[in-house]
Amino acid sequence: MGVSMMSGRDRRSRRRLSPPSPARRGEAVKGWLYVSPTAVFVAVLFVVPLLLVVRMSLSRWPLLTGDQGVNAPDNYTKVFNNRFFADSVVFTLKYTVLATALLIALGLGLALLVQESSRWKGLLRASFLIPSSLGLASASLLFYVLYSPFAGPAADLMEKLGWTFLGSPNAALFSTVFLIVWRFAGFYMLLMLVGLQGIPAELYEAARIDGASRWQTFRRITLPLLRPTLALTTIMCVTGSLLAFEQFYILTKGGPDNSTITVVQLIYTMAFQGQNDLGVAAALSVIALIALVVINAMQLRAFHNPDEK
Amino acid sequence: MRHPPTTSIAGLVFRTPYWIFTGGLAVIFLFPLGWTAAASVSPHAGTNQTDGWGFGNYRTLADYQAGIWQYLVNSAFVSLTTVVLTLAISLLGGYAFARFTFPGKNVLFLTTLAILMVPYATMLIPLYVLLNQLGLQDSLLGVALVLTMFQLPFSTFMMRISFEAIPRELDEAALVDGCSSWAALWRVLLPAVKPGLITVGLFAFLTTWNDFMAPLILINDSNRFTLPLAVSNLRVQVQGVIDYGATEAGVVVLALPCIVLFLLLQRHYVRGFMSGAFKG
Repeated sequence: MGVSMMSGRDRRSRRRLSPPSPARRGEAVKGWLYVSPTAVFVAVLFVVPLLLVVRMSLSRWPLLTGDQGVNAPDNYTKVFNNRFFADSVVFTLKYTVLATALLIALGLGLALLVQESSRWKGLLRASFLIPSSLGLASASLLFYVLYSPFAGPAADLMEKLGWTFLGSPNAALFSTVFLIVWRFAGFYMLLMLVGLQGIPAELYEAARIDGASRWQTFRRITLPLLRPTLALTTIMCVTGSLLAFEQFYILTKGGPDNSTITVVQLIYTMAFQGQNDLGVAAALSVIALIALVVINAMQLRAFHNPDEK
Repeated sequence: MRHPPTTSIAGLVFRTPYWIFTGGLAVIFLFPLGWTAAASVSPHAGTNQTDGWGFGNYRTLADYQAGIWQYLVNSAFVSLTTVVLTLAISLLGGYAFARFTFPGKNVLFLTTLAILMVPYATMLIPLYVLLNQLGLQDSLLGVALVLTMFQLPFSTFMMRISFEAIPRELDEAALVDGCSSWAALWRVLLPAVKPGLITVGLFAFLTTWNDFMAPLILINDSNRFTLPLAVSNLRVQVQGVIDYGATEAGVVVLALPCIVLFLLLQRHYVRGFMSGAFKG
């Protein structure tokens, strides 16, 4: 009891005490006690696996027999020689650009549409957001039925036109992007709304008095001041899209003709379907991790405003 | 220049395209859900509900392999374990990060946030091996532990700022009155961080209930499948013919708790975004 009282009152002066006083050490011990569950989870389930995946990527590691010793750099050569590797990278990038451009534009558009509060706009906001509460797997299953040429609402129409949502590579890509937009547009709208709220109302007032048009206000005030939000949403969206899995695993199963295989799907296939080679899957996982860090660092640089700070 | 009152004829004419446009957008977002709910109880050839409206598709779902109850129990177990663990760990961790000074504090906090930067698949491959070594292969508890770890960046951040938003005088007064830091946390601070806890719990539940990839990789025994995995498998396993009706029923069972929780706790959902927890 006495120690905790001390540490409570001592806290404000702690920076001036250079030798660790008993009270300060007591506080450190208590801090560590409270944070120990977090530390254990982060160490055992995050740091250790991260080191393990690097080791796995350098070892022969079949799914069933486990570690068979170092074989570096065989796994990495096998990744680059995989016949789906180049295609999956190209497809993932294509999907990422498409999904990000659409989601950012639509997220911002919807946010501007429902920005002011009124009963109707509250209802609109809720309807745009409801799909975001669904899981990606549930949403993919839902659209799997919806797009079906047998059971979907457009089944008869598809039969007449001889066209299906998932029939050709491009149709499958755009159908999946539509599913993703449906599932995530509300989510990005909400992030944009938070950003829009941070823009001072006086600026809009001043622009109105100066006789600025709506477009000018948007170009000169909204967009520049929304920059941090745009950076955040773009980075989140790019990261999410580069790691796309469920939507393609459930909806297109990589087809038609293996045209919609993403990098993460390839990792899964290498590890658990057919090859059953965890070493090669780990190598591709490490490559994906490095690529993601590099891409995010590039985005942060691109969005960094030299005028700030 | 005021806006014309919307009740005037001119106002109505001016507003009508707006109503149609926005109403149409809302319909696009709601239609897939409404259609699926209706289709799951309406008759369709090749399903268990061929004539008249009824719950035939739900009966297929109920009888599928281990039975839907087993999968619901599995999903509920994973979700509730993850929610409870996430709440407990982030409550204590947030308290420590907000109120205590200890060596390694910043390193640990940044490492926790770094979980967000690492691809899901990159983690799941070694976790599959690691859980086997820990004797947690094919275990729902293992899945819950892994999902708790993935919740930590958001929940720790959220709880830290929740504690930091409380004036220090509040717990210092309790400490002066002779409370231990533990008692101060339970009696004084817990009620004040309750909104933060609800947001953390809601996000943890929605993510876990819906998670597909972790159980897909970590669970092999089909009796231990979670609901998303079971529904996704169900559509192809009925003699190679896809049972769309049962899939629709499965989607409804999957989506319903999420939509109900979302509508009830919308305020807390939005708070998660307002908190800046996504601005990391």
